[in-house]
Amino acid sequence: MATLDSKIPSGPLAEKWRKHKTEIKLVNPANKRKYEVIVVGAGLAGSSAASSLADLGYKVKCFVFHDSPRRAHSIAAQGGINAAKNYQNDGDSVHRLFYDTLKGGDYRAREANVHRLAEVSVNIIDQCVAQGVPFAREYGGLLANRSFGGAQVSRTFYARGQTGQQLLLGAYSALSRMVGAGAVDLHTNSEMLDLVVVGGQAKGVIIRNLVTGEISRHSADAVILATGGYGNVFNLSTYARGSNTTAIWRAYKRGACMANPCYTQIHPTCIPVSGDYQSKLTLMSESLRNDGRIWAPKKAGDTRAPAAIPESERDYYLERLYPSFGNLAPRDIASRAAKRICDEGRGVGSTGLGVYLDFADAIHRLGEPAVRERYGNLFDIYHEITAESAYKAPMRIYPAVHYTMGGLWVDYNLMSNIPGLFVLGEANFSDHGANRLGASALMQGLADGYFVIPYTIGDYLAGQKPGSRPASDAPEFQQAEADVRGQTTRFLATKGNLPVSHFHKKLGKIMWDRCGMARTKAGLEAALQEIPALREEFNASVNVPGSADTLNQSLEKAGRVADFLDLGELMCRDALTREESCGGHFREEHQFADGECKRDDEKFGHVAAWEYQGEGKTPVRNTEALNYEFTKMSLRNYK
Amino acid sequence: MVAASTLKTFSVTLRVWRQAGPAATGAFVDYPAKDISPDMSFLEMLDVVNDELSAQGIEPIAFAHDCREGICGTCSCTINGKPHGPGKGVATCQTYMRSFSDADTIVVEPFRARAFPVVKDLVTDRSAFDKIQQSGGFITARAGSAPDANALPIPKGDADLAMDAAQCIGCGACVAACKNASAMLFVSAKVGHLGLLPQGQAERDRRVLAMVNTMDTLGFGSCTNQYECSAACPKLISHDFIARMNRDYLTASLRSAFKPAPANTGGGAA
Repeated sequence: MATLDSKIPSGPLAEKWRKHKTEIKLVNPANKRKYEVIVVGAGLAGSSAASSLADLGYKVKCFVFHDSPRRAHSIAAQGGINAAKNYQNDGDSVHRLFYDTLKGGDYRAREANVHRLAEVSVNIIDQCVAQGVPFAREYGGLLANRSFGGAQVSRTFYARGQTGQQLLLGAYSALSRMVGAGAVDLHTNSEMLDLVVVGGQAKGVIIRNLVTGEISRHSADAVILATGGYGNVFNLSTYARGSNTTAIWRAYKRGACMANPCYTQIHPTCIPVSGDYQSKLTLMSESLRNDGRIWAPKKAGDTRAPAAIPESERDYYLERLYPSFGNLAPRDIASRAAKRICDEGRGVGSTGLGVYLDFADAIHRLGEPAVRERYGNLFDIYHEITAESAYKAPMRIYPAVHYTMGGLWVDYNLMSNIPGLFVLGEANFSDHGANRLGASALMQGLADGYFVIPYTIGDYLAGQKPGSRPASDAPEFQQAEADVRGQTTRFLATKGNLPVSHFHKKLGKIMWDRCGMARTKAGLEAALQEIPALREEFNASVNVPGSADTLNQSLEKAGRVADFLDLGELMCRDALTREESCGGHFREEHQFADGECKRDDEKFGHVAAWEYQGEGKTPVRNTEALNYEFTKMSLRNYK
Repeated sequence: MVAASTLKTFSVTLRVWRQAGPAATGAFVDYPAKDISPDMSFLEMLDVVNDELSAQGIEPIAFAHDCREGICGTCSCTINGKPHGPGKGVATCQTYMRSFSDADTIVVEPFRARAFPVVKDLVTDRSAFDKIQQSGGFITARAGSAPDANALPIPKGDADLAMDAAQCIGCGACVAACKNASAMLFVSAKVGHLGLLPQGQAERDRRVLAMVNTMDTLGFGSCTNQYECSAACPKLISHDFIARMNRDYLTASLRSAFKPAPANTGGGAA
């Protein structure tokens, strides 16, 4: 059994981080250059970590599977980033941001981590502005804010509908500066295919160059994974097509615990599925809910055009069910409400899987130009995909997979249970509990990279002798490389008759039906039969054309889908074991009469961290109790 | 889920550039694309064709893509001679098959430019853009040393104009559209974005000189002011930023010519 020591510092909640920073070990400036740190991934968390560590003087090697670090999927975040600046004078504070985030996560995150996140949120905005991120401003030149779900203050900073892009380009520019200065050794088109553990500590990675096929070994004093989330296990999601679980999954297979893998975020406002060929779903930012009103017909099977349905026959169900938060109810709650409406036969569009997001009132109140200025690019995206104008008719939206709160288990220092392996951003499990609030992912990625890891990695490295990292021809490296080569050879040799995409689609369907917005014991048990059967079919009949020594996108996908097959099974196992409903994890057996989540704090007020036991063996479920010292786990109420 | 069959589908011929590797000789090859739904994206159509090629034992067409929502800048096809295809202000991934008609022959090639060598089929190496960024496309701001974000008010107009430039997705369509394969729109967007902001003033001269010089050494051509670049830009970035950069470059050159070079740019050694 793995030991899961959260290493939460003692003392009052608001003092923990400050106290911890003054107590953890430091590495002196002249010694920093003797340590080499590997950073895998260059989204918000990876770029900010790599550039900050290089700025401190560490030798940094950064690996990204994209052709440029600027392509990471953080770039697609639309709406904004939260920070407890209280620039609006509307009563915000670090404590409120902490509380909203903890409550938003349905009391399944650690208090101390979430409080730290709220504390450093203010530094993130300062840092980004200093880098030249062009946040929206008011005429007086000061920063503007908007509102997001699960909050009753305006604390979200934004750059039109492209906040993630601007923040990532800020972090990318910081990373570029360090690459230009020779302080970061950047490897693009480089996918991590294994973690190398030597003497129980993470000491390197195995990398495949996606263009040449070359496999290489890289040794280091510490390894940071900032490789994002695993929502593509569902095939259809708002993730980029390349987003995958491979880096964290291979680390899991080397002993890192996977925490709460079943916590998945289904975002309520995405463009509905249109056909079987579809490769991805597109998000319509939560910011639209500042001005858009969500509704469905009151009557089931009402096929009239939206304009033909009179006010009295419309159900603005979020406003009706959650009057204090209205259309800005948190994502998990808004998604389930949409699903219930569609299950009642009140869904709209040709598929019946959609509800309306209507801007008529906002256009009437503010005028079309003002709406265009706020949301123009989102309306454009909607038009490109559906060939419909949201200025004239309401958008049709439906929930889609958007984020994964689960990830590799980390302690307060963001170190996994494998010493020397740190996990940042969406790849870890730490801050969002069972449901992430909007505009919090960007906050967490940058908090981890700019303001947490620069402190906490020193505490680990100070205990490592400079120059003690293993040679890259150590037996552990040779073994890991042989394993990677073995897998590649197996894929190419299978020569079956079905493309990788066939299996990804099938897995996605199982996951969406059995482990999506609503989960049942019977469904999850069925999935635990179906997925292994699909894996067998994959191993026997996948077709991976081409060779290993060139750009081979089928080969890349095969490796990723193989890992998704394993991960999907673990997600179902986790969802089956967690006999409660919380946040994004909704077990139909555990709900109140009004359909709200029924948590079981007594039995499940803990983190489930799964530990790999070997091929074909049932993993071990470790737990870390969530000890709330300062907050009461209460019933989440947005009514 | 709607059945694709309820929509009117059609068929096209794809004339695709196939090239096995950087050193190989490439050629156009025709493939049929059948039962295409008008609601498919261009890349989803390529997915369908690729699955069929796989089934026939033909290696699928390599193409660059990732976010499929027009923001990551990975996708990069020249479609019927136009970078990112027929639409205005969209990337390849935001091009939908409803832009084409039954029995069309659609010519698909990689972005062509000396500075963007072909890696395979439709995939090119655009690392030259990263090198330009690394030479100066940043504001030096170490984490931990920033003043309060509202300490420096920025007029809304300046911030909005900076944002117009900052939207660049780094796809390279501007280069592919230019007969000289010039990177002026790309470079000027970054120079303009950072140069418009008060935070960007300290390194303004250095930035424009370094980025333009790097661009010149990487094999991009010169700008002859025909603005094919902004017409092809998926974010519709204006060529006005090129004029702005030319002015910045000139003033920075003059200032650096008449200013003694600092003795040591590496910081204090004491």
